[in-house]
Amino acid sequence: METSLTSRRLVLGVQEPEDLDGPDLPTEPMPLNMGPAHPAMHGTVRMVLDVEGEKITNADIQVGYLHRCFEKESEYATYTQIFPYTDRLNYVSPMLNNVGYAMAVEKLLGICEKVPERAQYIRVIVGEMSRITDHMTCLGAGAMELGAFTVFLYMLKAREWLYELLEEVSGARLTHSYLRIGGVSADLPDGFAGKLLARIAEIREVLKDVSKLLDTNRIFRDRMDGIAIITKSEAIAWGLTGPMGRSTGFEYDVRKDHPYLVYDRFDFDVPVGSVGDNFDRYMVRVEEMHQSMRIIEQALATIPDGPVIMNDPRIALPPKAETYNSIEAMIAHFKLIMDGIHVPPGEIYSFTEGGNGELGFYIVSDGTGRPWKCRVRPPCFANISILNHILKGLFIADIVPTFGMANMIGGECDR
Amino acid sequence: MAKIILERLAAAFTGGEIEQIGTQHGNEWARVRRADWKRVAQFLRDDPTTKMDFASDLTAVDRLTREPRFDVVLHLYSTVKKHRVRLYAGVPEGDCTLDTVVDVWPGMNWFEREAYDLYGVRFTGHPDLRRILMYTEFVGHPLRKDYPKEKRQPLVRRSGLPGTLE
Amino acid sequence: MGLEIYTSKVYEAVKWAQKFSLFQYPFVTACCGMEFMSAAAPKYDLARFGAEFPRFSPRQADLLVIVGTITERQAPALRRIYEQMMEPKWVMAFGVCASTGGFYQNYSTVPGCDQIIPVDVYIPGCPPRPEQVLDGLYLLQQRIQAGEGHNQIILKTEKGYDVPLAAIRPLPARASDAHDPSTKSLLDSGKTT
Repeated sequence: METSLTSRRLVLGVQEPEDLDGPDLPTEPMPLNMGPAHPAMHGTVRMVLDVEGEKITNADIQVGYLHRCFEKESEYATYTQIFPYTDRLNYVSPMLNNVGYAMAVEKLLGICEKVPERAQYIRVIVGEMSRITDHMTCLGAGAMELGAFTVFLYMLKAREWLYELLEEVSGARLTHSYLRIGGVSADLPDGFAGKLLARIAEIREVLKDVSKLLDTNRIFRDRMDGIAIITKSEAIAWGLTGPMGRSTGFEYDVRKDHPYLVYDRFDFDVPVGSVGDNFDRYMVRVEEMHQSMRIIEQALATIPDGPVIMNDPRIALPPKAETYNSIEAMIAHFKLIMDGIHVPPGEIYSFTEGGNGELGFYIVSDGTGRPWKCRVRPPCFANISILNHILKGLFIADIVPTFGMANMIGGECDR
Repeated sequence: MAKIILERLAAAFTGGEIEQIGTQHGNEWARVRRADWKRVAQFLRDDPTTKMDFASDLTAVDRLTREPRFDVVLHLYSTVKKHRVRLYAGVPEGDCTLDTVVDVWPGMNWFEREAYDLYGVRFTGHPDLRRILMYTEFVGHPLRKDYPKEKRQPLVRRSGLPGTLE
Repeated sequence: MGLEIYTSKVYEAVKWAQKFSLFQYPFVTACCGMEFMSAAAPKYDLARFGAEFPRFSPRQADLLVIVGTITERQAPALRRIYEQMMEPKWVMAFGVCASTGGFYQNYSTVPGCDQIIPVDVYIPGCPPRPEQVLDGLYLLQQRIQAGEGHNQIILKTEKGYDVPLAAIRPLPARASDAHDPSTKSLLDSGKTT
């Protein structure tokens, strides 16, 4: 054994790794900048790392490269005008942000029970569709960065189907602005349920293919297993929620613990991980997609008929036929558009389950049609803040799957 | 449901630390005296009845015409008891400081940095208080009500634009 | 007579090759990135136009696609990446945020990336549909074929718009530029055009 090693060294001039780890070998820490424009970083984030060789000794994640002033803009916009801004928060699951914000304002108005039931079912359905697109984008992009380009294309193919259906519902593929205070802006189109159920069957096939490609793949498992382990107590102390929190064993899902809309009528499970590494985060997301599809099927089976928005002219726009034909409706329309909905003074913190975790809206209202303060509690802000701590001791190459599975969405983190 | 938190607070702090309590739209809240912020926070985390081990959000509100001008707002949640509470601390503009809660809940690190960045509230004892969403060359605290929405401070100089400093 | 026709035909062939083999550098920041991914996806294939694989290094790319909102903090990075690309290069502003700032008018959003770098094609939309992206790419390819590439672009200033020159010709350095590394650019070698 030794002779072959020595001859190899002599012939090839190769050094074995054991030779390189010595106290006499000079090493110095090197600052490395993974700058704001980097192919493996989802969106824009800058990481200033101190590395020794390939090991990271210190990590400083700098966010804020997509700060688009959601809070400042919402102080100048009426409550309905804020919906497009909320779309662009977590832009891979826009409906979930709309739902969170609409519920916050409805709680301030005190009209939560008066939102029509059909509207609540529709909100659940489109919200879960958005959650599926969120997880598809996260897993597709994460797998692509590890080299599995096919998985990315499969996920995008499936995401296209959902985008087409969401476009039929709301008119836009990505930034829907579909919800309104008091309901949704328009009803589901005809034949939607049949199309959606057919697509769900096809999405299940795609997910089966993806599972075959990734779940037992040696390369994928080696890069994801045991990397970036977060314990349950760390998750609670650092405020992690969503798939990242649930992968550590912290079983907190707003849909189950504090049900809102009609989630308490559906039968679904919440996947919880055990180890807290990257592979757990991947599996939690895959399983959540399956559970979302279960919720959608149950919702489509039991959705009632009825109006899709409240019939209160102080909150919801009157139907167009009335607006053109009666003066009261026209005046109500005018007041709602120009002044906004007059929300009584007060404060609320309303939380829903966004794509990345507990999406909170803290709204302070002063009685006019524009909020005094409209704050988003971004789930991925807390999820990323723990990475400063977790990346120490990992290799540079481990940043890629860790960051991919943390799912930082710039629009939400930086608002 | 979460009234028990307010009752425990009223029972444990009798020296005027809790200035005001209330409930609105199902949210329980308590206004804490600025000097006792950290003590109340630690009590809420450690007390077995309240057990607020999860801090979800920390932000600030600019009340503008009220004295003290800023309110630092902390939202707490208990993963065991499943109840929530909101704490307020009034921070005046002249002495814009407050104790940090990073050693109570480490997750509030970035949230406090953001409150400092956007509102100018300094948290004493914070390990790394610097700007997080705005760049270091930025002058001012943009979310204050007296900062105009469109006042840009460009890093790549483009002179003559409306809204630039020059 | 023969040589001019020969070289002009060669030049046209070169432009044809350039337009059908664009190596894009997608400078993805925000929501438009999702539609960029969809445009590159199998349904609205970008590959059939030759602009398939993104080159994630500006030194190897010739089309800088600015996808999403540019904030003030990001602007120096964008400027540096633009300067790192070699001629011939083209720039495409993808989405309204990159074109004009979109519906964001605040202290942190740059109102359009053409405040920082010159742009060849603007693609409106929030986010633009993938078909719109392909239309914009086709427009760019027509411009490349006609020779109206980047070097001959007519600046907004020459058309009489009140637009700062810093976008093309960096202004001379001042003492207050000490914090702005982007003003010390490679273009600052004394040339005025």
